[in-house]
Amino acid sequence: MTPVAVEVQGVSKRFRLYHEKYTSLKEKVIHAGRVPHEDLWALRDVSFEVPEGETIGILGRNGSGKSTLLKCVCGILQPTAGQVVVRGKLAGLLELGAGFQQELSGRENIYLNGSMLGFSKRDVDRMFDDIVEFAELGQFIDNQVKYYSSGMYVRLGFAVAVNVDPDVLVIDEVLAVGDERFQRKCLDRVKQFQREGRTILFVSHAPDLVRSICDRAVVLSDGEMVGVGAPGEAIRLFRERLLEAGDALGASEADAALGAATEDIAEEHAAEGLAYPDPQVTAGVPGATAGSVSRLRLAPQDSRPVRFTDVTCVLPAESGRRYVLPGEPVTVRAEFESVRPVVGAVFQLELRGDGGTGLFRTDSEILGVTCDLAPGPGSFEFRLEAVPLLDGAYDVNLGVQTARGLSDWREPACTFEVMNPGRSTGVVAVEVRAALVANGGLVVGNGGLVVGKGGTVAS
Amino acid sequence: MAVDAPAESPDARSAGVTSVLDRAGSVATRPKTTRVVSSETRVWARLREVWRSRELLVYLVRTEIKVKYKNSFLGLLWSMISPALTLAVYTLVFGVVLHNGMPDFVLYLFAGILLFNLFSTGIVTATGVVVNNAGLVKKVSFPREILALAAVGSAGVFFFFQACVMVIFMLFLHWAPAWSLLYLVVVGLVPTLVLACAFGILLAAINVYMRDTFHLVTVLVGSAWFWACPIVYSYQTTVASRLAVHHLTWMYFMNPLTILVMTFQRVLYGALTPPATYAPHPALHVLPHWPVSTYVWGDGVVLAVALVLFYVAMVVFGRLAGNFAEEL
Repeated sequence: MTPVAVEVQGVSKRFRLYHEKYTSLKEKVIHAGRVPHEDLWALRDVSFEVPEGETIGILGRNGSGKSTLLKCVCGILQPTAGQVVVRGKLAGLLELGAGFQQELSGRENIYLNGSMLGFSKRDVDRMFDDIVEFAELGQFIDNQVKYYSSGMYVRLGFAVAVNVDPDVLVIDEVLAVGDERFQRKCLDRVKQFQREGRTILFVSHAPDLVRSICDRAVVLSDGEMVGVGAPGEAIRLFRERLLEAGDALGASEADAALGAATEDIAEEHAAEGLAYPDPQVTAGVPGATAGSVSRLRLAPQDSRPVRFTDVTCVLPAESGRRYVLPGEPVTVRAEFESVRPVVGAVFQLELRGDGGTGLFRTDSEILGVTCDLAPGPGSFEFRLEAVPLLDGAYDVNLGVQTARGLSDWREPACTFEVMNPGRSTGVVAVEVRAALVANGGLVVGNGGLVVGKGGTVAS
Repeated sequence: MAVDAPAESPDARSAGVTSVLDRAGSVATRPKTTRVVSSETRVWARLREVWRSRELLVYLVRTEIKVKYKNSFLGLLWSMISPALTLAVYTLVFGVVLHNGMPDFVLYLFAGILLFNLFSTGIVTATGVVVNNAGLVKKVSFPREILALAAVGSAGVFFFFQACVMVIFMLFLHWAPAWSLLYLVVVGLVPTLVLACAFGILLAAINVYMRDTFHLVTVLVGSAWFWACPIVYSYQTTVASRLAVHHLTWMYFMNPLTILVMTFQRVLYGALTPPATYAPHPALHVLPHWPVSTYVWGDGVVLAVALVLFYVAMVVFGRLAGNFAEEL
């Protein structure tokens, strides 16, 4: 049986939220004993174990208690109830940067940090060169830390944490800082730590990172642990929580705002008679994060012969889920209304990924569908047979064009989410087969072919 | 605790990775200490923790001193210049202008100020220390008491420098301490340090929640407490008779620093072997004619009180320390 490295036993943490904080004596006296406050439970009875050598990710929305949990593990905050048992030496990087004394030089801070972690001067002497080399600080090591750039600061912090030979490493959202090359270096070191059998607690907002390096993940929501399990499962749980939270944000309000904005832009385009909307203009539309199925309603406008009345992303009904798995179909259905007969209308579809990256664009003309519209309501469907995408929320933009120009444009018309149960990361779901073809000069038989589990269709 | 690395493996330099691997070869099997983070605060457990982090204490003392005099031209010299200036002013005002008639008044003054400065610098620095080191407290786990102890420790370093200056003064004025009573320096010093640590720990914690504490302490210690001790004036020649009339002598000695300051004066000023020029030794009239045992007992009582206070301070600190990171 693997010994347990970190044991979180029923940890709760209460914060007092003072509506107004009285820190001076006068205020304390005036408001003695009846300072208005609210109790905020940042953590509520969280329990889990991390066996030695495991890498565990902690997922949760902002304010879900991730950082508080890590601070309790590190011993910076004392839990209100419960306890954390840590076996072995713990080094941690909390939020941005380690604890440095601003006035001291990098060199002095390394020694100070080392002694805080329980190392003697001789121990630190031995690690010193590795730390400086890893942090890539060079001559700046003797400058006061307060003059460091944020990148240097984080690099030094990380370098100390990974070079002090910890048994348990705690990383809170720090890999996001530093340039790409340094991030890669940090990840390499994290992976090396995994091989060496060290325990890692890892908080990240990047589910992909959690998926690729963690053995398990804990999902926190409003201070409560809603699940712990394999990263794929945990990420799905996390995403579902995000969706719920999105719904909770007054869907009607959000939709109204969105509708109005979209309408304005559509009007603009109609006036200018643009064939395609200028992405510069449309980029200003508030992102639609409402959920996998978002609806927009527009008031009828006389200037445009065809307009959408309702656009929905229809997910496979039988699953009952609010997201699709890679490889499942999604149907984009547009209800429209035509005020007069239109010959040769063209429906346009655009698929955009994270950050508005254009992934795919097509229209009814390309697909060879002729649309001569009679006056009155109608509907049009784009059926994406198999969505070859991995994790993320994808926006669908929809437009309809007539000979006189763009008649209507919705951006985003609707949004759908893809969740990836596998462990591969990226944007595109590629079915991969892997095999060791030759080994030690011998050709291995075909029987060695392994179908990659990650990212492929999983049902 | 850390597994010893093979001294200099040949290719440890060439690839930074190897050295870590070497050290970590036995991550799974090496001995590990268990640490429990909970709301429970046992004083003894925390004291053990402090003892284990004693090397950190040394670092923090150095940090405290470095940070204090960073970017100042004279640096550490200030720890000697500022008391010297105080001495100069008081000597001028009381010794020369008001002419209090104490022989070598500057030494009497120095003996008292030496000890008082240790105490006052210690607790004033300690009061602000947790707030000033918020960057560390919010990010790294270590026994927070150490910060307050380090503040007192840095005051101890200044004490040492000032003591050196005092020695120079004594050499210059041909004044010898009471050699046979030199152990009283330690007898007076130990309760002072414990007392300073107790107050320092208590006030450091309270200051996190009430920032007024720092200003209050600065004023109280700098003025009220200073004048409550027989540093500038003599207990024997100035206040003793007046206190005795009103039966308030006990109240005067409720101030734990009184007896400690007088102990220092007894050793460093009230020499039994005075220079030949003073006959009969006039310094003995400035100090009370107490047997040495009175000082020892007095200091002993103060030490006992200080230890109790220290325990109380640790308990209070332990209660409050759990929320430092969120209060800062």
